[in-house]
Amino acid sequence: MAQPGFEPPGSGDFIFTPIFGNSILATKPVLLLFFSVILISAFFIVSSRKAAVVPSKLQFAGESIYSFVRDGIGRDVIGHEFQRFVPFLFTIFTFILTNNLFGIIPFMQFPTMSHIGFPVSITIFVYLVYHYVAIKKHGLGKYLKDMCFMPGIPKPMYVLLAPLEFLTYFAIRPLTLAMRLFGNMFAGHLLLMLFTLGGEYLLGSAWVIKIFSAISFSLAIGLSFFEMGIQCLQAYIFTLLVALYIAGALADEH
Amino acid sequence: MSKLLLIRAAAEGSPSPVIPNVAEIIIGLIAFSILFILLRTKAVPKFEKAYTDRTDAIQGGLERAEVAQREAEIALKKYSEQLSDARGEAAKIREDARAQGAAIIEELRTKAQEESARITAAAVAEIEAERQQALNSLRNEVGTLATDLASKIVGEALDDQVRQSRIVDRFLSDMEKSK
Repeated sequence: MAQPGFEPPGSGDFIFTPIFGNSILATKPVLLLFFSVILISAFFIVSSRKAAVVPSKLQFAGESIYSFVRDGIGRDVIGHEFQRFVPFLFTIFTFILTNNLFGIIPFMQFPTMSHIGFPVSITIFVYLVYHYVAIKKHGLGKYLKDMCFMPGIPKPMYVLLAPLEFLTYFAIRPLTLAMRLFGNMFAGHLLLMLFTLGGEYLLGSAWVIKIFSAISFSLAIGLSFFEMGIQCLQAYIFTLLVALYIAGALADEH
Repeated sequence: MSKLLLIRAAAEGSPSPVIPNVAEIIIGLIAFSILFILLRTKAVPKFEKAYTDRTDAIQGGLERAEVAQREAEIALKKYSEQLSDARGEAAKIREDARAQGAAIIEELRTKAQEESARITAAAVAEIEAERQQALNSLRNEVGTLATDLASKIVGEALDDQVRQSRIVDRFLSDMEKSK
């Protein structure tokens, strides 16, 4: 029987049929997403429940992540008004981080954020928040004026800059925010699938080829650690950019 | 196997992965909202409370330590003041004692001097009295002797008491005058 040719993984591998029933609610990414909500809220509610001055190990773990977002991202980027944005940033960071890490956790092994719908939904909130904050602070007119007509630039330049700035705020920022996260997770998962499926395929070949199968598998393992780094980094970058956008919206001059 | 083929087949006709699935966006919005509400109401206030408590505990401890230090300083100052007061008082007491001692000595000396003066005066008076007495008795004696002598020499009895006395007095005053 002739070996069927190796079929590389593609975007089709990101399509899941419902595990039970017929609803999209029962597909793997959606279940993972809701599982992450349960996991994150349970962890932080339990770890913060006592809120002791001298923290337990669990509280310390929860607090470390919380203070990383609160102080490391919120306070350092946004400044004195950061406190009211901390819950938002904290939710974004933990939500993305957990869903990203699902990509390398055995048996889950799917980064939820590689379905672009989820990054888009987070981005919608971000989009609403930073425009709302800016309009509330400066008023719509001043906000648009400051956005399109930055002070200290020769007047003819505005012909070029005004539409660019407007596009940046209203289209490029949200698009890049969602696409960056989606793209990294999608590509990372594709890469891991390629080496895993390739190794699996090569395992069925002659024994000499099996060596390459081993190489392929070890690459998949190595890349998993690499992916872990990227997954954490993307969660951080996303949150950092959101903080920067909010800080920009709050700033007196753009 | 048939299921896998089914998925693959579905993938062929599937839209590009960059086209978001609207249902997933809605699910994402719901999931994010739930998580946000849970974290915001249940976790974040507790973490903030822990921070505030900790800051309070640390600041409170520092403040308490400062208060204690201030109190200790005040106590130390008070004690050293008391000590120097006590030293001053001791010196004063010593000084007073010395002065008092000197006064007592002075007083005693004065008393002794007075006493000695009084004794001397008494002695002088006594001597004077005795001298006067001796003088008187001598005067009588000398008178008698002289009369006796004179009567013997003159042979004239000077029995008359008044005359005798006059003669003696005259004799004595002559003697004093000649002296």
